[in-house]
Amino acid sequence: MPNENENKCADKNLDRRRFLKSAAVGAAGLALSSCSSSSFQAFFQDHFREMDKDELLSTLKRMEEEYSKKYGKKFTVSAEAPIDETLFGYGLDISRCIGCRRCVYACVEENNQSRDPQIHWISVLRFKKGDKWMDLENSTKYYDPEKVPEDGYFYVPIACQQCENPPCTKVCPVQATWKEPDGIVVVDYNWCIGCRYCMAACPYGARHFNLTDPGLPAEEVNPKTHYLGNRPRPRGVVEKCTFCIQRTRKGLYPACSEICPMGARKFGNILDPESEIRYLIDKKRVFRLKEDLNTLPKFYYFI
Amino acid sequence: MVIGLISYAIQMSNGFIVTAIRDQVSWGFYISNFTFLVGVAAAAVLLVLPAYVYHFKPIKEIVFLGEMMAITAICMCILFVTVDLGHPERVWHMLPLFGSPNFPRSMLTWDVLVLNGYLIINATVFFYIMYKLYEGADYNKIMPLVLLSIPWAVSIHTVTAFLYNGLGARPFWNASILAPRFLASAFCSGPALMILVLQIVRKMANVPIDNKAIFKLSELIAYTMALNIFLLFCEVFKEVYSDSIHLYSLKYLYFGLHGHNNLVPWMWTALVFNSVSLFLFLYPKTSKSIKYVNAACVMTFIGVYIEKGFGLIIPGFVPDTLGEIYEYSPSIVEIGVTIGIWATGALIYTMLFKFAYPIYKKGLPNNGERQEG
Repeated sequence: MPNENENKCADKNLDRRRFLKSAAVGAAGLALSSCSSSSFQAFFQDHFREMDKDELLSTLKRMEEEYSKKYGKKFTVSAEAPIDETLFGYGLDISRCIGCRRCVYACVEENNQSRDPQIHWISVLRFKKGDKWMDLENSTKYYDPEKVPEDGYFYVPIACQQCENPPCTKVCPVQATWKEPDGIVVVDYNWCIGCRYCMAACPYGARHFNLTDPGLPAEEVNPKTHYLGNRPRPRGVVEKCTFCIQRTRKGLYPACSEICPMGARKFGNILDPESEIRYLIDKKRVFRLKEDLNTLPKFYYFI
Repeated sequence: MVIGLISYAIQMSNGFIVTAIRDQVSWGFYISNFTFLVGVAAAAVLLVLPAYVYHFKPIKEIVFLGEMMAITAICMCILFVTVDLGHPERVWHMLPLFGSPNFPRSMLTWDVLVLNGYLIINATVFFYIMYKLYEGADYNKIMPLVLLSIPWAVSIHTVTAFLYNGLGARPFWNASILAPRFLASAFCSGPALMILVLQIVRKMANVPIDNKAIFKLSELIAYTMALNIFLLFCEVFKEVYSDSIHLYSLKYLYFGLHGHNNLVPWMWTALVFNSVSLFLFLYPKTSKSIKYVNAACVMTFIGVYIEKGFGLIIPGFVPDTLGEIYEYSPSIVEIGVTIGIWATGALIYTMLFKFAYPIYKKGLPNNGERQEG
């Protein structure tokens, strides 16, 4: 559920919105009467942040039924609200990363990413040691060795940097993507029009477009989902890493940090002075990607 | 158009997988065409300016042909943006009251605003003048709107340039010279297309068009083409001399990068075409010959089309933000949809002409015999 303040804001617009919506529904109802009722409801669904409690609950229920039917599993679609006094941050120890990409595939499984065509929210870039420092131009994410780590290389995993000043949300023409109070940049897949302007604006290649219906085998689906996170996406919308919103808002670690065999990945609340992530930011030598762009990532790399 | 409809149906039923658009290059041929056509629409102002502001008679007589072109080009722009959407049925999310337009933060909402505004202005001016001509009445009351259309034309192309310009993630676009370059190249390609259309109209229908109008236009192209090439030079200098990482996109365009050189022949063609046409427009002997002017116009049109399309949109994504090179070239479906939209444009223009021509004929002084201007 969206937090209290947002609900209050939404209330003010409610009468006007209700009126317009019912008028529109009435008019279009005649034209679209042949469509199934759930796609009809989805079409007229409000923006996530402007839904009132009733609409949110009925929307979540509708989605749960739809997904349960489609994948033959009992689905839950939650809308777990952000935790107060929390700003999520991520840390990654480059000297520990061995480039095994277990994080990539744990992410795919946890977040119901398309298997065919493949969508990966995490890219692991391989750099040559001793080359010009971090020259993205001479890195690759397509490497295929027998064993990792390879001699003479180091690895830098990159996913959404959850910027404090995100260029992607600024450009969205319909406000389908925004930064939540806990710092996670999310997408309302039912509101996105698929213009891909956010992909052009993202300096980290963190946004991915569903070119076609996601190839998501029913037996591999993760049925524990969040509206703004890992619920199955439709075709023609943009998706991205959400710091595993469905897990982290319940106090769990993101799937990628849980699986990492080297313990290279750290996660926590940067507002909490006692947290591990704060300790690392304080004590380690830290940098962030493309600092000159003033995007202020909450993803910290340390050496 | 049939090709276009079939191609779009394929795209709608299979998704964008049938296009060559991927995560690395997230905008392609559609947006290239869109950008080029915004320029064509904006360039209609080059007819309005001499006609209404300086009362240059040979052009004033045919200014409606230019307004028709602006209307057509904007319609095509809107079509190109629509086919580029993953969910075109959700465009109502952009409407105020019903949806949640991100105004004024998103440049895309600005673009929607100025493009539709420009369409409304031009359509109003066009139909008002036609109506008054039909009545045989004076149409000068519309002048304020005509004057408004001039800065508005500049604004549509400026906003479109800002659409790319404002992205720090894409150094190739993030250069302050982008909007002036946009305008300069648009003011070459628009009138170039106009000169060709004027002659087709002159041949096909009995519309008297003075060669003076054509030469005036070609003179304007000469200035703007010179400016266009100069601005390109400025940009090349800045990138090459500073020799920063930003140079990669430019290198990719003109020389190829790590063996990827799809666009190299195209870009050199554009450069040669633009330079040769500039020479033809300037050299006294060729600039006064319809034949050479036509050749120069064809070259300008092709040159700017390549430069504005492939040369501007694609290198913004190549190399991508993580340094990957994905070589984009439009798929058959994209080409089909594009052909369809250009055909629709031709149809709109023809229909507008069929509507305007009888009225125009009637409104002409001395029953269609042109007076010396």
